[in-house]
Amino acid sequence: MTVNTKIPALLMLDDGTCFEGYALGACQEVVGEVVFTTGMSGYQETITDPSYYGQIVVFTSAHIGNYGATCLDSECPCPKTEYGASGIVVHDFFTGAENVDFPHFRAESSLQKKLAEMGVSGIYGIDTRALTLHLRMHGSRNGIISTNLDREYLLKRAKELPQMAGLDLASIVTTKEKFVFDTDPTPFLKYKKRDMAKKMLNVAVIDYGAKRSILLHLFNNNMHPAVYPATVTAEEILAAKPDAVMLTNGPGDPEPCDYAIKTIQGLIGKLPIFGICLGHQLISLAVGAKTFKMPFGHHGLNHPVKEAATGRVLVTSQNHGFCVDPQTLPANAKVTHWNLNDNTVEGIKLTDAPVFCVQFHPEAAPGTWDAYGLFDAFRTMVDDFYKK
Amino acid sequence: MPKREDLKTIMVLGSGPIVIGQAAEFDYSGTQGLKALKEEGCRVVLLNSNPATVMTDTAFSDATYIEPMNKFMAAEIIIKERPDAILPTLGGQTALNLLMDLHHMGILEEYNVEIIGAQPKSIELAENRQKFRETMEAIGLDLPKSSLATTFEEAMEAIKTISFPVIIRPSYTLGGAGGGIAYNIEEFKEIAKGGIEASPINQILIEESVLGWKEIELEVVRDKADNAIVICGIENLDPMGIHTGDSITVAPIQTLSDVEYQALRQDAFRVVRAIGVETGGCNIQFAVCPKTGRRVVIEMNPRVSRSSALASKATGFPIARIAAKLALGYRLDELKNDITGTSACFEPTIDYCVVKIPRFNFEKFAGADTTLGFQMHSVGETMALGGNFREALQKAFRGLETGLQGLQNGKLEAEAPAEANARREWIREKLYIRRPDRVLLVYEGMQLGLTVEEINEITGIDPWFLLQIKHILDDENSIRQDFCQEIDKAIDHKTVDTDFAKKLRYYKAQGFSDARIAKLCTESLVKNVREIDIRAVRERNEVVPVFHTVDTCAGEFEAHTPYFYSTYDAAMPDPLHTAHVGAAKRGFVRKVVIIGGGPNRIGQGLEFDYCCVQACFSLRELGIKTIMINSNPETVSTDYDTADTLYFEPVTTEDVLAICHAEKPDGVIVQFGGQTPLNIAMALQEAGVPIIGTKPQDIALAEDREDFSSLIEDLDILQPASGMAVDLETSCRLAEKIGYPVMVRPSFVLGGRAMRIIHNEQELVDYINDKSTGLYLSINTPILIDKFLEQAIEIDVDAVADGERVTIAAIMEHIEQAGIHSGDSCCSIPTHTLSDEIKGVIRSYTHKLGKALHTVGLLNIQMAIYKGSVYVIEANPRASRTVPFVSKATGRNVAGIAAKIMTGLSLKDVNFTDEPKLLYSAVKEAVIPFERFPGAEIQLGPEMRSTGEVMGIDRSFGMAFLKAQAGTRTPVPVSGNVILTVTDQDKEPLIPLAARLKALGFTLYATPGTKAILENKGIECKLIVKIGQQRPHLLDFIRNGEAAMIVNTVSGSTSARDANTIRTEALARRINLITTLSALGAIVEGLETRKQEQRVVAPLQDYYAGYIQGKTNE
Repeated sequence: MTVNTKIPALLMLDDGTCFEGYALGACQEVVGEVVFTTGMSGYQETITDPSYYGQIVVFTSAHIGNYGATCLDSECPCPKTEYGASGIVVHDFFTGAENVDFPHFRAESSLQKKLAEMGVSGIYGIDTRALTLHLRMHGSRNGIISTNLDREYLLKRAKELPQMAGLDLASIVTTKEKFVFDTDPTPFLKYKKRDMAKKMLNVAVIDYGAKRSILLHLFNNNMHPAVYPATVTAEEILAAKPDAVMLTNGPGDPEPCDYAIKTIQGLIGKLPIFGICLGHQLISLAVGAKTFKMPFGHHGLNHPVKEAATGRVLVTSQNHGFCVDPQTLPANAKVTHWNLNDNTVEGIKLTDAPVFCVQFHPEAAPGTWDAYGLFDAFRTMVDDFYKK
Repeated sequence: MPKREDLKTIMVLGSGPIVIGQAAEFDYSGTQGLKALKEEGCRVVLLNSNPATVMTDTAFSDATYIEPMNKFMAAEIIIKERPDAILPTLGGQTALNLLMDLHHMGILEEYNVEIIGAQPKSIELAENRQKFRETMEAIGLDLPKSSLATTFEEAMEAIKTISFPVIIRPSYTLGGAGGGIAYNIEEFKEIAKGGIEASPINQILIEESVLGWKEIELEVVRDKADNAIVICGIENLDPMGIHTGDSITVAPIQTLSDVEYQALRQDAFRVVRAIGVETGGCNIQFAVCPKTGRRVVIEMNPRVSRSSALASKATGFPIARIAAKLALGYRLDELKNDITGTSACFEPTIDYCVVKIPRFNFEKFAGADTTLGFQMHSVGETMALGGNFREALQKAFRGLETGLQGLQNGKLEAEAPAEANARREWIREKLYIRRPDRVLLVYEGMQLGLTVEEINEITGIDPWFLLQIKHILDDENSIRQDFCQEIDKAIDHKTVDTDFAKKLRYYKAQGFSDARIAKLCTESLVKNVREIDIRAVRERNEVVPVFHTVDTCAGEFEAHTPYFYSTYDAAMPDPLHTAHVGAAKRGFVRKVVIIGGGPNRIGQGLEFDYCCVQACFSLRELGIKTIMINSNPETVSTDYDTADTLYFEPVTTEDVLAICHAEKPDGVIVQFGGQTPLNIAMALQEAGVPIIGTKPQDIALAEDREDFSSLIEDLDILQPASGMAVDLETSCRLAEKIGYPVMVRPSFVLGGRAMRIIHNEQELVDYINDKSTGLYLSINTPILIDKFLEQAIEIDVDAVADGERVTIAAIMEHIEQAGIHSGDSCCSIPTHTLSDEIKGVIRSYTHKLGKALHTVGLLNIQMAIYKGSVYVIEANPRASRTVPFVSKATGRNVAGIAAKIMTGLSLKDVNFTDEPKLLYSAVKEAVIPFERFPGAEIQLGPEMRSTGEVMGIDRSFGMAFLKAQAGTRTPVPVSGNVILTVTDQDKEPLIPLAARLKALGFTLYATPGTKAILENKGIECKLIVKIGQQRPHLLDFIRNGEAAMIVNTVSGSTSARDANTIRTEALARRINLITTLSALGAIVEGLETRKQEQRVVAPLQDYYAGYIQGKTNE
């Protein structure tokens, strides 16, 4: 459906490829690395995922906005400022009908209204398949969305944008202050019952751009999250005496985050650690492995991941542009998960310390619930650690 | 867990004849499954009674049994073939039922045959309503509340725990008769009482209504290691209350948020695990409350289904192929996705929208209730892919081939008021009824001012879908109001204008066809704008579609399979398609397009798809690149590896031309897809498309009654007197001249639509005035009147011609006399009663006609033998419905041979110069879905109503005929009571047959008139009273289960109400019902043969090799 007044807009890639469409959301000029996601559900979770900070997300799914928007689906953990995708690219955009409540029982408003409120901008009416194929063949690249239709200006700006490789974005999106996460997970995770009988543990969450669902899942497993800024030191964490540490997802290149790597090195062996996505990459770097930039990354909800121990395959939610090089892993790091499509590393564990981490998103949101069990595995690892 | 090496011989069960609810999709899944098993080196034994299938081609299995699908036959095959395993999950409900029979028989255990795919325990859990409910409750899943009651008191007790509205379903009544929906306790009392009475076991199911809830289906595949994936989620546009087979369905799911969808996915896996489907595909159906999100499980099928065929075509993921491999022991992660080369253990994601629309044939069952409900009524479906929902929906509507050019107003009843306000209110009322055309009504209602909220309230259709429909309506209005002027200018000035082009592309991206735009312009401009005008303007401005690839992954990986659809909702060409077309050009191979038959309908079904598929296979043998165009998701032709290139598109001039422009084929074949490609053949030829084979003008000549008549006259061939009339008066005069009885029909029809036998002038007047036939006499739509040859033997001939020579593939003799549509009658190869002299005449006529029509390819001729002379009824230089039967009976791939001829080879080149001689017999019998249309007249006639066919093959005609009968749902009994109630005309001829029945050991019961005549000839029989006389009468006798066979004939002109009651009862109780004496004759002959010889249980391969020979008419 159309936004009431169509404002022409352009998406310009830094190689000069240009797409014509119409502005959506806040209708502001936005820049970022253009990546595509193949997920068919959960647009709002994707848009609000801090891991997409600095990126313009292309939805390959034909229709976006169909079921409106609700704060229940937001992945920005309150009370911090909202950092999500820098912009979005949409094929067919649904805004509901004028002067009528948005026709979906969960929706508070249309996605258009929500985006405008959130200050997220984008472009719709785009041949997203052509754009996706372009990105697949030429790799993810920088781009700009603007209602300024001066192509020369746009191309110049796109070319000036910094490359994602080498960018530390975690320190931007992370919480500025430590906070304790007290949101009751029940309304969000109503399909996974919390075991009230279990002892509540304290978990220190280092926020590189955490999704709210990670915090909700920890809470649901009776692990009370205290969320720390990305730059927290090992000493500060240890002084707070948490029972375990969670390293979250986040945007950008892990390599420049030397502060985080140092903190992690100071925590390995001392506390049980679970890492997700950027957290996984940082753990790998902390034990001496290397990461590399993938041509167009993994963004979607259908990536098959094989559990080395069981042979079971999980269909996982993924969102990453960097990856751990298995050749560089030290002997004490064992690969626990492999990607079935391209054989990239999807998870490792340390043989000499209570540490494991995965590249994909067990918290899903959006995506399948196949890997929910990893939060239970984390809890079990913590319990075992203290039994000894 | 790789492939199991101990499973060497696998027996696969097919799905038998096409019936409503179980159609061509099982040929698709079966063929794919067989290919996968062969690829793994298995020896495959197939049992399927349906000769029209691709899967029963001997190339796909090592031992192909076209035999009745009952446990006795299956057991014999098991004893003979000793399979290691049996795979029942590719053959629909028929295969599962047969497996359960075999399981209970103990034969599988005795012969150590392992069941793979689904275990009996799982099948039972899924199919038994009560056990399913218990299993679901045990794992904590929600279901609609329900309760069984056998007395009124029990019903009143049950209703206390279930909230209104409730659905009441009587058990075991035909078409759910006697049930209904109750909104209050008074209604409930009434329906419950009636329902308990209507049910033969006095049982009703009272169920919480989930009418109006969202209906969602998930297609799940699971392997032995418990890896489970969802291939596709399908959302029904029509909410709960209309069978999913009768609903418009959409993929991917459009109106569920991620949490809602993931919860369903999780539930689906829990269902699959609880039911215990070990390997393969299954389908789980849910209802989701649109107001609260509450989810309930409706049902699950532990096998591949119609929906999984749709899911495969919608996503590109070959579910049946993967399912077959998983059954052999593979794990999902050990298999590859052929399309991308990545792992098969993933969930496809799509970047387009898919819409399926069912096709109905209610008009063929006069008197039947057309309200849609829980029982499926559609006979086919079309699927369309588009860049957005609107484009896909409009493409699907034009792909339906019912005359719609997209989403537009339908033809309403004459009673619908013309004045806008009254019409709107009339439509509002009708929207409460679940009619087959409800979406067209929604469209017109919206146009007349019904709001989205109102329509949603009445129909339950989700506002998202309604707002998309409104979007189309808004665009239609803006074409009418503004854009038509610009088009007018563009046509006149022959201009090229980028702004105009951009606008035109926008409207095309909303799915508006050229024909539709032309129509809108014609109406708004009050001048004639033709489809070709729009096409010319469009092409001049370079507004042409882009072809996107169905790649299972939304472009994430490179796809290797050329499976395309067109869209205007794109800015630039898909590089995959460009590369594909470019590569073919560089290779200098010849390219041939084969146009498919579109959605199945009665009269144009699986048989034509079989021909298209054979054309693909045989042209590939010649090194020709094949391109398939079709819109029917149920078919083998639209499998991604049948043709070299697949375009999943509506079969209309516009869509086919766009493909031809992109591909520039060397030839286009129009004679295999039934009437569908023929309807557009002339337009294609005029647009410069190179049609190969018999020329469209020769095909048209054969269809034109007048031209054909004079051709026949010139050839000195006999034909029934005939003529054409354009109004009532001339019709009567003509009929008088020809002499009653006459056969009448509208011109240009397939499947005998609205064809009748008329005995006198009054009947003729009634026929012409009957609005339900859709007949409207005019200069352009005349009525055809032929002399009806009473008691004539009807003959079908299939032949192949190369322009020089004609080779007959088979002469078929019908069992039922002329007057019953050839598609509905039983027929045999070789002929059964014909003399050599008559056959000589038939052959000479066939050769003459083949040459006269300049036939290059297939030729079908219908003839009748009347009083010792051969008459030609019609000739069609194109594939006929009997081609697959002929191919299976003779072992010669007639369609494939014809395809090769069309590329320029001669009959000699392809080694098909002699008519095959059969030393065994094959008999084809039709299957007709009367039981789905309660209220419709159960009577064979000139209008075709069968949906499918079975074949019986054996040494002699008699045995083959019995097998064919056994292959339909009611096998011929060998003993018991036979009820005889025939017309006066049939009483004399009945005498010898009755005597032979008696000799076979049957006990005869006859109505008084019949009894008198029989006893007069010394044939002892018991009296049975007609309905409406004293009790117990005939119906009581049938209801008490005392009749083994009923012989009931009616004359065309008498009221057949009693007969219909008898026949309905027979159908409901699966009692063998015989409605013609000729069929009775064949049955008697069969039963006599059976006393003398053992039936043969052998695969087609043995027949073809000459191992089995009997006494035939050859």
